[in-house]
Amino acid sequence: MSQAAVNVPSGAPADPRIDPAPGAADEAILAKLAAAVGEDAHRVVRFRDNLRILVAPGRLIEVLTALKEKAGCAFLAELGGTDYLQYPDPDRQGTGARFEVHYVLRDLETAGMVVVKAGVDDPDPVLPSAYSLWPGADWMEREVYDMFGIRFEGHPDLRRILMPEEFASFPLRKDYPLRGRGERHNFTKLTREES
Amino acid sequence: MPAPLLDEPDLQTEVRQATWTLNFGPQHPATHTTLRLILELEGERIVKATPHIGYLHSGFEKLGEHLNFNQYVTVADRKNYISPPMNEVAWHHAVEKALGVELTPRCQYIRVIIGELARISDHLLCTGAAALDLGAFTAFLYAFNLRELIYDVYEEMSGYRFHPGYTRVGGVFYDFNDRVLDRIRKVLAAFPKVYADMDKLLFRNRIFLDRMRGVGTLSKADAIALSCTGPIARASGVKFDLRKDAPYLAYPEFDFEVPYCEEGDCWARFMVRMEEMRQSVKIVEQALAGLPGGPCNLPIADKLNLPDKATTYNSMEGLIMHFEMIMPNRGFETPKNEVYAAVEGPNGELGYYLVTDGTEFGWRVRTRPPSFIHFAVFPRIIKDHMLADVVAVLGSLSIIAAELDR
Repeated sequence: MSQAAVNVPSGAPADPRIDPAPGAADEAILAKLAAAVGEDAHRVVRFRDNLRILVAPGRLIEVLTALKEKAGCAFLAELGGTDYLQYPDPDRQGTGARFEVHYVLRDLETAGMVVVKAGVDDPDPVLPSAYSLWPGADWMEREVYDMFGIRFEGHPDLRRILMPEEFASFPLRKDYPLRGRGERHNFTKLTREES
Repeated sequence: MPAPLLDEPDLQTEVRQATWTLNFGPQHPATHTTLRLILELEGERIVKATPHIGYLHSGFEKLGEHLNFNQYVTVADRKNYISPPMNEVAWHHAVEKALGVELTPRCQYIRVIIGELARISDHLLCTGAAALDLGAFTAFLYAFNLRELIYDVYEEMSGYRFHPGYTRVGGVFYDFNDRVLDRIRKVLAAFPKVYADMDKLLFRNRIFLDRMRGVGTLSKADAIALSCTGPIARASGVKFDLRKDAPYLAYPEFDFEVPYCEEGDCWARFMVRMEEMRQSVKIVEQALAGLPGGPCNLPIADKLNLPDKATTYNSMEGLIMHFEMIMPNRGFETPKNEVYAAVEGPNGELGYYLVTDGTEFGWRVRTRPPSFIHFAVFPRIIKDHMLADVVAVLGSLSIIAAELDR
């Protein structure tokens, strides 16, 4: 068969990969944040159209409060954690800690979006809770605690949410195996006779 | 002689002051899925509701670290199984954002079409089931009848009715053919009648209105503070829709409205969903009329899509690329970085926080599940309502337990 069978269209652009920069609305949020807390509280990373703001745990609440009250980010869209244990790129643009928690904030007026990231390390990962700023953080922080064991100080009801209460490990940590450690196999069963 | 009545003081002091506890679920027809509520009741009035979730927790996010970007689409399907194509669109939207890929115009249109069909399907179930829970069985059957036609579209386009697994990184599994387009036109043709039927059965139905109006009211301030998105936020007056405000795919090219209400009760949520279906039909009509020609998937030189079978078997480049994509030590080259990307799902913002590590597996695949966030709102808005309102509020929040627990 001829080369024509290859499905490369004649008019296709040479390189369809794109790299959009964060929008003007995102940069405006950043400028307002810098005006409110100064430049030294955070470090900024831009990737694709995401604008990431890295902060130290000690200044997390200060930065989140400034974003909410001064920079117009009234909406907490998403909160979650990541474990970077043995991540293949040691020089990655992060906080350098083992765990990172991300807060995706939106300005509902301008549709600007920023991602705030705070790093926290073993052996006792603790972050201040964002519950007082956004009550919506309640379950999302509980899930991060359940999956990674990161405690949120000031959370009113920090319990496991998806795993059973008696579960001892944190399943989304990188040192927890995919197939578990036999918890499912050894799960206590309540038989009809005992009940 | 008057019959002896109960002693009045007893009722006042002991019985009436005591609350009683009712366990609702995890297996109950009105929850539709597996979730559990501990209801503390004073008579029939709910004093406190405590949700217990996790019965369907299956480690979907952990699985995402062990399945490659194309394999994981089958798991993404199973999160919100009422609208699987929307999950696929959301998942590959995040992957393509991480890889920095722009889709072909035809593929963008196809993804808009399957996403909007999924939205119609999801809203039909939600609105139909809301009626079913409150005793109106007929409207539910009419809604389900149309969902059957949408399943026919999935079947024709991918070969699977329930979990199509249709999208791929940089494209879709198979391009749309004429039979798919015919079946989509059938859905569009059938929709106005179903809408009219539901209108006649429900919109002025006294019982339905009384059970929905003023029940489970969520204020605008609460909707924002509690991270609500989608129809639930829009029913409370938050005029935010990612399709309009932070457009993705081909959405800027379509003419549609974003419906909203100010009331924030079950009725407002119901009506926002009904109107959204009409807007989705409008989008699909425009997308069908303007469906661009040309290739659907990206050219094989981009090393993203599997080449089609004719290319694989008949050209050397195709064969090499097929090998490159299939072998476990090859595959995609990804940056070592992370992105958050979200689409407007039927229930709200459906986002993925994807951390990539240079391989074709995600390092962290975090889903932003709208059901999870909306169920956290439930104890607040059900307070002081009657026990019978639980199903009305649950139905109006459209909680899908597979997405709730992942």
